[in-house]
Amino acid sequence: MILDTRPAAPPRPSPPRRRRRRTPRTWVRGGGLTTLVFLLPMLVVFTLFSWLPIGQAVVMSFQETNLVSAATFVGLDNFRDVLSDPLLWTAVGNTLWFALLALLFGYPLPLLAAVLMSEVRRFRGVYSALAYLPVVIPPVVAVLLWKFFYDASPTGVFNTLLGAVGIGPVPWLQDAGIAMPALVIEATWAAAGGTVIIYLAALTGVAPELYEAAEIDGASVWRKVWHVTLPRLRGVLLVTFILQIIGTAQVFLEPFLFTGGGPANSTTTILLLIYNYAFANSLGGDYGAATALSIMLAAVLAIFSVIYFRVTRAWSAS
Amino acid sequence: MSRGVLSQSDWRTPRVRRTARTLHVVLLALLFVAGVGPMLWLAKAAVTPTQDTLRQPLSLWPNGFDFANLATAWTRVEIDKYFLNTVAIAAGAWLVQLLVATTAGYALSVLRPRYRKVLTGVILATLFVPAVVLLVPLYLTVVDAKLINTFWAVWLPAGANAFNILLVQRFFDNLPREVFEAATVDGAGSYRLFWSVVLPMSRPILGVVSVFAVIAAWKDFLWPLLVLPDPDLQPLSVRLPALQRFVELDVFLAALAISTVIPVALFLVFQRLFLKSGALEGAVKG
Repeated sequence: MILDTRPAAPPRPSPPRRRRRRTPRTWVRGGGLTTLVFLLPMLVVFTLFSWLPIGQAVVMSFQETNLVSAATFVGLDNFRDVLSDPLLWTAVGNTLWFALLALLFGYPLPLLAAVLMSEVRRFRGVYSALAYLPVVIPPVVAVLLWKFFYDASPTGVFNTLLGAVGIGPVPWLQDAGIAMPALVIEATWAAAGGTVIIYLAALTGVAPELYEAAEIDGASVWRKVWHVTLPRLRGVLLVTFILQIIGTAQVFLEPFLFTGGGPANSTTTILLLIYNYAFANSLGGDYGAATALSIMLAAVLAIFSVIYFRVTRAWSAS
Repeated sequence: MSRGVLSQSDWRTPRVRRTARTLHVVLLALLFVAGVGPMLWLAKAAVTPTQDTLRQPLSLWPNGFDFANLATAWTRVEIDKYFLNTVAIAAGAWLVQLLVATTAGYALSVLRPRYRKVLTGVILATLFVPAVVLLVPLYLTVVDAKLINTFWAVWLPAGANAFNILLVQRFFDNLPREVFEAATVDGAGSYRLFWSVVLPMSRPILGVVSVFAVIAAWKDFLWPLLVLPDPDLQPLSVRLPALQRFVELDVFLAALAISTVIPVALFLVFQRLFLKSGALEGAVKG
C-alpha cells in the first residue's frame, strides 16, 4: 500500500533514495509511519486499558495485593481462599437462579412479541418504539423507580395493583424467596426491548419464498411459524441465548441497588461478591481474591461457550 | 416485497384476521403499559406532593400539584451539577471512542499494514474477555496513573472498545476503493483521504458508534462509582442512589424524572438510528 503523506505529517527526514531494500527509511516513505500515527490512539488506549490489565489480572490472581504493601506471590492461595468461602457457593447458586429465572421470563417473551409485531401492517414503528423505551431509561433510574414500586406496604404501587384483585401485600424485596424473582422481573422489563429489536431484524430477513412454498404445501399459520419462522431464527436464537447467559452471569446493578445482596444473602451474586472482596472494605481490598474469582468466572463462561457452540453445531449438522 | 407469516389470503380469512387484530391490540396495550406506563407515573409523581404519592400511588390525578419539586431538585439538590457531569462524561467518552475507532479502522482497513491481521486478532480477542476480569486491574491502573477523580478515568478506558473498531472496520472495508484511488491520484495524502473522503462517507456508522458511546456512558454505574469518589464529579447514575437517603421523596422522584428526560428525548428524535443500532448489536455479535 503506497499512500504518500502530506507535508503536514509529523516531522520526518526526507529520505534520499538509495537502495530498494526494506530499511526504516523506505518504511517511512511507504507510509509505514503514517499508518502508525493513525494506529497510535488505539495502541495507547488498548495497551493501557485493555491488554495490560488483562495480563495483570492473571498475574494478580496469584498475588497478595493491596494498595499499601508490595505485591507478593502466594501461589494458588487466592483460589483456595475463594473456593473455601462458604458465601461463594451461595453466590454461585444465586447467580444460577437469576440466570434460570431470566431465561424463563425473558427468553420466550421477546420472541413471541417480535413474531406478533412482524405481522403488524400499520404503525409498526409505534410498536418497536414502545418496546424499546425501557431500554433507553437509565438503568439506575429504572432500578430506583422499581424499588419504589416494590414498596412492601399495602400502599406500594404493585401491592395496590395486586390488592385490587385480593392478593398481597407482598414483601417484594424483604423476603428471601421473592427478592430474586422481583429483581429478575425488573431486569427482564429493562432488557426485553433490545432482544425484540434483534428478533424483528432477523424476521425481516426471512425470505418470502419460504412462506409461499409452505403455503403451496397447504401449511396452516401455526405450521408456518413452527416450520419456517422458528428454524430461520435459530441462529439468532442460539446467539441471544449464550449472550443472555454471559450477561446474567455478570449481573451486578440490580442486586447492588435493590437489596445489596440481602435479605439473608439471597441475592448475593458472583459479581457482588467480587465487588465486596475488592471494594467494600475502605481500608484496601483483597484484590487477589477478587481477580481470582473473576478469572474463574471468565474461565467457566469460556468453557461453557465453547461446549455450547460445539453442541449446537452438532445439532445443525444432524 | 417483505411479508410476514400471514399471506394475503390468510388476511382475507375472517378468523385469522380477527385473531391477529385482537392479538395486536392486546400487544399494543401491554407494550404501552410496560413502555410508557412507568414514565407517565414518574412524570406525575415528579409534580405531586410526597404524601399524595405515598398514600395513593396509583390515583390518576393528584390532589395537588407541586411543581416546585422540579426546581428544588434542579437547584437545591444540585441535579444541574450532576447532570452537567453526566453530559461531560458522555461527551468525552464519545469523542475518545470516535477518535480511536475511526483512526484505527482507517489504518487497518484502508492503509492495510502488513501486521494488520495480527493486530485485528489481538483487538478482537479482547471481546472474549468478560468486563469483570478487567474491573480490579483497570481500577489499579487508574489509581497508579493518578487519574482517580478526573474524567479521564472514564473517558480513556471507554476508548478501548473492540466492538466499535470492528463495526467501523467492517464499514470501511465495504467502501468503494476506486474512490480512494481517485482521490490519491488527485494528490490526496493519507490524512486528507481520511478527513475529506473516508469520514464524510461514513456518517451512518459514525451515527451508530455515537449512539452506542453516548448511551453506554449515560448508563454506566459501577465504573464511575469506583473512579469518581468525589461527589462533585459524579454523574447522575452514581449520585442518584446516594441522594435517596437525604432527599424528600417527591424531590427525589423529580430528580429521577429529570434524569430520564434527555435519553428518552434523544431516543424519540433519533429513533431510527437507535433501533438500527439495536438490531446491529445482534447481527455483529452473532
